[in-house]
Amino acid sequence: MKTIKVSVVTPDGPVYESDVEMVSTKAQSGELGILPGHIPMVAPLQIGAVRLKNGGKTDFVAVSGGFLEVRPEQVTILAQSAEQADEIDVERAVRAKQRAEERLNEQKRENIDFRRAELALRRAINRIEVSERKF
Amino acid sequence: MASLRDIKNRITSTKKTSQITKAMQMVSAAKMNKAEMNAKSFVPYMEKIQEVTASIALGSKDVSHPMLTSRPVKKTGYLVITSDRGLAGAYNSNVLRNVYQTIQKRHKSPDEYAIIAIGRVGRDFFRKRNMNVILDIVAVADQPAFAEIKDIASKTVGMFADETFDELYMYYSHYVSAIQQDVTEKKLLPLTDISSSKKLTSYEFEPSAEEILKVLLPQYAESLIYGALLDSKASEHAARMTAMQNATDNAKELINSLSLSYNRARQAAITQEITEIVGGAAALE
Repeated sequence: MKTIKVSVVTPDGPVYESDVEMVSTKAQSGELGILPGHIPMVAPLQIGAVRLKNGGKTDFVAVSGGFLEVRPEQVTILAQSAEQADEIDVERAVRAKQRAEERLNEQKRENIDFRRAELALRRAINRIEVSERKF
Repeated sequence: MASLRDIKNRITSTKKTSQITKAMQMVSAAKMNKAEMNAKSFVPYMEKIQEVTASIALGSKDVSHPMLTSRPVKKTGYLVITSDRGLAGAYNSNVLRNVYQTIQKRHKSPDEYAIIAIGRVGRDFFRKRNMNVILDIVAVADQPAFAEIKDIASKTVGMFADETFDELYMYYSHYVSAIQQDVTEKKLLPLTDISSSKKLTSYEFEPSAEEILKVLLPQYAESLIYGALLDSKASEHAARMTAMQNATDNAKELINSLSLSYNRARQAAITQEITEIVGGAAALE
């Protein structure tokens, strides 16, 4: 089967680089699947998982937003942070989740902090889910 | 002339200082290598994001975004990157002098500008002069991760968006080589000089170019800030390494000249004793 080159890049360096048969992820406009030979495209991503199918095996990468650039022979995901499923620090994610939940309960009135805590919570939940491969 | 014991004390203390500076030099050399590697691993991300941003911003003419357009300037933001600690030669003072002079030249009252300080030295410098420091972060690690700087970067970009200031300049020390670092002024916002050396690709946008710019441009500006921080961290370690190297060399020179005068004084003391003995013996005869 034809494959397409995928790289997930963050400011701290590349996280994932490989040839895969299919990339699927959640863009802001909805679920998105990319096969080799896709037309050039750019789409912003939601906080979520990127699934990379190759052979019978699927790799998971947790991304915190960012966006996806597609070219016929290459897919690049640029995110401010991303981890492969087995590299996620689950304990840290659980702690972050608790912290975010506490903050959400405390300050329901202040808008900015509320939004930040909500994003932090979503990132933490995403990491936990990806590490458990719940997709 | 100083006594033998005084000279001896000075020699020992200089030796101890030179041990410290030598150790600091080696630590900085190791840190510099690491910082250089960090800066290198950031390059692929930066190149890619620059390429995509350029493709979208230059490729489609009918898109606009507040971060791409210049507006009348009522207030200017200055982002200044310095280190937390001294002992780095002229590293901090070069940057600070440059910013200070620019601000004095361009602005008459503190209402016309705002300073965002990364690093303790810069923050204290501007606070002491009662200049308008609106945001600061200290104790950034030697090998900063993006997560550490994300908060201040996104706040800074947010301040441009909510018109706290209308343009933003970035001042930092650009790492040229281990022995050369240049103070660099860079206009960060609005993003008017986006360019790409690579061929531009025309993309499909999902959902639309505007929506993508909304996500892309802040991320781009934040990564520029992070890039500058990595660059200036490498410079900091290089500057400190050179400064400590010089200090060690100076200490060695000082020890040499002190040993010389120590030996001379010792010789003089011996000669004097002999003369006294000979003189005493001659008086007895």
